[in-house]
Parts: sequence; C-alpha cells; structure tokens
Amino acid sequence: MSTTPDSTTENPPVDGSELIRFDNVTKRFGDNVVLDDLCFDVSSGKHVTLIGPSGSGKTTILRLLMTLVEPDSGTIKVNGDYLFHEERNGKLEPAGENHIREVRKNIGMVFQQFNLFPNMKVMRNITEAPVHVLGMAKDEAEARARELLELVGLTEHIDKYPTQLSGGQQQRVAIARALAMRPQVLLLDEVTSALDPELVAGVLDLLRDIAQTTDITMLCVTHEMNFARDISDDVLMFDAGKIIESGPPEKIFSEPEEERTQQFLNAIL
Amino acid sequence: MTFDWEVVDEFMPRFWDGVLVTLQALALGTLIAFALGLVWAMAQRAPQRWVRWPVTAVTEFIRNTPLLVQLFFLFYVVPQWGPSMSPLTTGIVGLGLHYSTYTAEVYRAGIEGVPVGQWEAAKALSLSRGRTWSSVILPQAIRRVVPALGNYVVAMLKDSPMIAVIGALDMLGEARQFSNETFTTEAITVVGVAFIVIAYPASLLIRVLERRLVNNT
Repeated sequence: MSTTPDSTTENPPVDGSELIRFDNVTKRFGDNVVLDDLCFDVSSGKHVTLIGPSGSGKTTILRLLMTLVEPDSGTIKVNGDYLFHEERNGKLEPAGENHIREVRKNIGMVFQQFNLFPNMKVMRNITEAPVHVLGMAKDEAEARARELLELVGLTEHIDKYPTQLSGGQQQRVAIARALAMRPQVLLLDEVTSALDPELVAGVLDLLRDIAQTTDITMLCVTHEMNFARDISDDVLMFDAGKIIESGPPEKIFSEPEEERTQQFLNAIL
Repeated sequence: MTFDWEVVDEFMPRFWDGVLVTLQALALGTLIAFALGLVWAMAQRAPQRWVRWPVTAVTEFIRNTPLLVQLFFLFYVVPQWGPSMSPLTTGIVGLGLHYSTYTAEVYRAGIEGVPVGQWEAAKALSLSRGRTWSSVILPQAIRRVVPALGNYVVAMLKDSPMIAVIGALDMLGEARQFSNETFTTEAITVVGVAFIVIAYPASLLIRVLERRLVNNT
C-alpha cells in the first residue's frame, strides 16, 4: 500500500495516486466494535482483497464506502473528496445527500445476492442508472450495455428477466450493471458465495479478466483464496475490527507473520 | 305478499339515478383511496421524523373512527370554516379518505415485502430517491398487493350506502326513499341484487389479477 500524500485533482490518472483513504474510522453496532480506529488507503488501479473471519469488519468497509452505513467517527476520502463530510469555512461538517451521491458515483458494487431488479429486463437493469443518474442518452446507454453483455458473455439474454437466468448469469449481469456506471472503484462483496459450485468458476474468470484488462480499482471481500491470490496486489487480513497484517498475496498466503493469519488460513484452505 | 313487477318498473328511473351515484362514489372514491394511500405509505418511510409522525397520527385517527362520523364531520362541521361541498362530493371525499388509511397499510406491507437488497442496489447505482421509488420499489410492491387493494374496492362498494346520510342518494338511498313513499319493498330487493351484480364480477376480476400478478413472477 502506498502512503502518497492527498491528491485532489479532478480526475486523477491511474498513476498509483491515492483513491480511497480511511482515517481513524470507528464503527459500532451497539456494544460491538466492528471497526476499531481503522486507517488504510488504496491506490488507484490496485486490486485489494480483504480477508478475515466473519464479523471481523471487512464487509462493513464495503458498506461504508457504499454509504449503506455511516461511521461513528473518523473520515473516509474517495478520490480526494470526503465521503460523509463537507468542508465549510475550513470546518468538517456532515455532508448533504447530494454531496454523498456525487462522491459515491465513483464507486460501484456487486452484491452476494446479485440484487438485480426483478421488474426490469436485463437491458434495463444495466441502462437504468446510466440514463437516470449520469444523464446518458438511451441509445448510447443501450450500446454500452450491449458491449458489457458481450464482455460478460450474455448477449443472447438481453431481453430476459433476471428470474429467467441462473445465479451465475445473474451475477454476471450484476457485474455489467455496476460497470455501466464507469466507476473508478468496484466493490465485490462475496460475489460467489450464493452461487452453486459449478457456476463459481465462470464468475471468477470474468472478474480476473476485468482485473487484468481494465485499470479499475477493486476492493474484494472473498473466501476464494485462489482467486484472491490471482488478482490481488495487496491482501489485508482483518481481525476484530483491525487490520492485523497486510502485504502482497505471496507473502500473506505463504509466510504470514501473524499467528492469527496462519490460523485463519489453515481453517479455510 | 307477492313480488310486484309493476313497482319495480316504477322504481327504475330513480334506481338508475342511484346506480350512477353509487358508481361515481365508488370510482372516484377508489381513485382517491389508491392515490392518497400511496402518499401515506411513502410518507411513513420518509427519512424525516417530522413527516412520519403526523402522517401516522392522522391515518391512525381516521382508521379508528367511524366512516359515518367522518361523513357528518365533513358535511356539517368543515363548511363552518372551510370549503363546503355538495353531498356527493363530500361522500366521495369521505369514502376516499377513510379507505386511503386502509390502502396505506396494504401498500406498507407491499413495500416492506421488497427485499432490502433492492434499496441497497438502487443506492449503489446512485439512483435518486424518487427514481428508486418509481422504478424499483413501487413496481415490485404494488404488484404484490393488487388483490388486497381490490378487496377494499368491494368493501368500499358495500360501505357506499352510508353517503345517503348526508343526502347523496346512492341506489340504496333511492330505494329506501322510494319504499317509504310507496309503502312497498320491491325496490330494496332490486338494490340487493344490484350489489351482487356489481360486487361479484369485481371479486372475480381480483382473483384473475391475483393469478396474473402474484403467482406469476
């Protein structure tokens, strides 16, 4: 992980500049401290995998970035902008809905349960947000959707409803839907956990492909360690709301320094 | 006592007047109940507490007081400081308002039945609040509750004779007046049959919709 200073340019090129930064983020649910004074950052274009036992806080990181939950304290920056705060007269204040939406447009997410819109056909699932959020013309959005469906290998299913597709196909549509917003960051939340075993490989291959051929930044929560090893630049090992170890996958998976990391890997491999 | 068809013949012109009032009250009352109920249900999910609790208070109040009292109130009390409306208009507003508090509960159940993942996906795509409601949540929620909404249309039909108390003579109101004037009973029977003729096809329609919309997803 880099520790480059803040870069606040409008559209930073993929040059390893800092894209996501957590500063002293704490999140509690009741008495349960899910994230404990957490600091880390992710450089643009990197693929980072978050591992650790369930309840260790890794999914909460993604949900914070998606603003599905709010931090109790600390700040999160995306692309140089505060996600939950606005600067007014040099002071940090809670951000309004519009500010949050603007910053969040940089981020796309793929969910464990796909969460496609069942009332829309595949095509509209993908074009809905580009048309109504980015203001893209319908033709343009549909052309882009066709490209994306080609990428995920589902061109022939364009006029189907999500329930007519298998889980693996639904998840690939969900990936296309997220990419249609051209996010700088893609969050992947255990995207293969709800899939039948024989469908997992197809989705992982697609994500590997995307990781290798695009410069999109990925934050990935997964239990698929081979996949993590293949795509990750960095692996963060979480335990009890803290990052207890981080480094390139070769190091974390082969010669972890922490006892706790070794135990976790032994348990799941 | 025999059933006199001549009396029926004599009643017919007033019967059709009454049918017209009943159908107007039902159609427009339904429109108000469906639209306003949706407004209540959505307002109860507003992020601002100052929107939520007055709506809850008003709807609970209306749902838990008799329609008859509300009709009297709208017709006799409201005009003292507010708008005064014709009997039929008052009846339509009364029925619509009263039933909107029931349809609100139906919509609420439908909205709560939409998985939380749908809201999260809409947020992940940065859809605006309005767009999330109109293109993601409501199409899924309403589809599920159409049959339950339909039941309230039939219930409203059966409550519609109440508007006669403020002088909007629906088909039952016409029949009672006619019967009192002529010392006959045939008109009441005619109206009883008319209720079935309207209500039963409506129930069948609801069942068809149920099969189409709910079981076929």
